[in-house]
Amino acid sequence: MPHRSDRPAQYRRPYWDTQPEYRFDPYASTQLRSPAQPLIALPQSLSEVTGPTFGPEFVREGDNDLTIGNGGEPIGERMLVTGRVLDENGRPVPNALIEVWQANAAGRYTHKRDQHDAPLDPHFSGEGRTITDANGLYQFKTIKPGAYPWRNHHNAWRPQHIHFSLFGNAYATRLVTQMYFPGDPLLAYDPIFQCVPDEKARNRLIATFDWETTAPEYALGYRFDIVLRGRDATPME
Amino acid sequence: MLYATASQTVGPYLHIGLTGLNCADLTADAPDLAAQRIVIEGRVVDGRGEPVPDGMVEIWQANPAGRYRHPDDARELPLVPGFTGFGRVPTEADGSFRFTTVKPGAVPDGDGRPQAPHIMVSVFTRGLVKHVATRLYFPEDAAANGADAVLALVPADRRDTLIARADGQNRYRWDVVLQGPGETVFFDI
Repeated sequence: MPHRSDRPAQYRRPYWDTQPEYRFDPYASTQLRSPAQPLIALPQSLSEVTGPTFGPEFVREGDNDLTIGNGGEPIGERMLVTGRVLDENGRPVPNALIEVWQANAAGRYTHKRDQHDAPLDPHFSGEGRTITDANGLYQFKTIKPGAYPWRNHHNAWRPQHIHFSLFGNAYATRLVTQMYFPGDPLLAYDPIFQCVPDEKARNRLIATFDWETTAPEYALGYRFDIVLRGRDATPME
Repeated sequence: MLYATASQTVGPYLHIGLTGLNCADLTADAPDLAAQRIVIEGRVVDGRGEPVPDGMVEIWQANPAGRYRHPDDARELPLVPGFTGFGRVPTEADGSFRFTTVKPGAVPDGDGRPQAPHIMVSVFTRGLVKHVATRLYFPEDAAANGADAVLALVPADRRDTLIARADGQNRYRWDVVLQGPGETVFFDI
C-alpha cells in the first residue's frame, strides 16, 4: 500500500449553508453562468494545498490608501477599514494578499462599462492592495462607497460595499467576497448579499463600526475580519 | 471554531482591483524556460454558448520538474528562477483568454502516485457567486491521463472537457463552458 503520510493535511469543506449555491435565481446573472452539473469532490493533493504566495515586496507604500491618487483628495466620507485575516482554526494568516475595489462616494465605478449617471471623481480610482502582517492584520484608508442602481430587476440598487479578493496559503483558500455596512436598508433587498443562505454567515459580511479604529477629527473606523478555510491536523501515521 | 467567510461575486467591475497581478506569460521572467514555452488559448462561454467578456482566469501550476513554488512542497526537486507558477488574465470581449507557460511535470496525489500533468484553473465572473475550480490536462498524455486518480472520479463521458486539444506546435486550445452541453467539469476542492 502507498504510504499514507503523502496525503497533505486537508482544508475543511464549508459548513452547511455558509457558502452560496452557484444558482440563485433572484440574482439573474447566475441563471446562465452557474454550473448545472454537480461538482466533483476531490481529495486535496499538493496541487490544492499549494498556491501562489506573496511577500511584502508585492505591495508598495501607499497601495492601501485609496485617498491619495491623482493629485487631490477624493470627495466622500473618509474611513479606515481594518481587520484580521484568520483561518477557521482561529490562527492569523500572515502574508495574505488582499486586493480591493469599490465605487466612489456617488456610487460610480471608474470603469468603462459603468454607465450610471453619477459623477466620476478624478481623484478616486477605487483600487487598493495590501498584505497582512504577522498577526494577520490589514488596514485600508478609503472613502465610503455610494449605493448604485443595477438592472437585475425593477428599481434594483446595490447596497454600499467594497469588493475584497484574498490569497491565503493555498489554491484551496482563494476567496473573493464583499464587505457591507451596518444598518444599510438595501441589504434586505440585495440578491447578491441574500444569496448566502445562512443568516449568520450573511451577516458576517457586514463590517462593524469601530471606535478604536476611528481616528479623531479625521476618519470613521470599520472593522471587517475575514476567515479563510482551515486545515485539519496532519493525518496520523 | 470559526467559519470561512462567504464568497461573493467579483461583479462586472473586477478589472479595477484585479489588474495589478495580471500575468499572461508565466515565463516572462524565467529565461531558462524559453525553449519549453507552450501557449494555451480558449474561451469562457455561458449556458447559451455566449462569450463571457467580463471574467477572469487564474492558473496555478508546477514547474517542468513537477515542483510547486510553495513551502508545502518540500520535495528535493529544482525550482526555476523567475517562475512562480501563477498566472491571471481577464477574458476579452469575445470571452477569450490566453496564457504562455510551460508544461508542468507530474506531481504526486495523496497516495504518493504520480498525477498526470495538469494546470489548476479558477474562473471568476459576474454571475458566479463563488469561483469555479477546474483542471486542464494534456492530450498527448493518454496513458498518464488514463491512470490519473482525479480523472478517474469524473464520469467517462465528461473527461474530455478537462483535456486540452493540440492546436499546432506547442499550442493548445481549451474552452471553459460554465453551463449546458459540454459543460466543463468543476471540482469541489
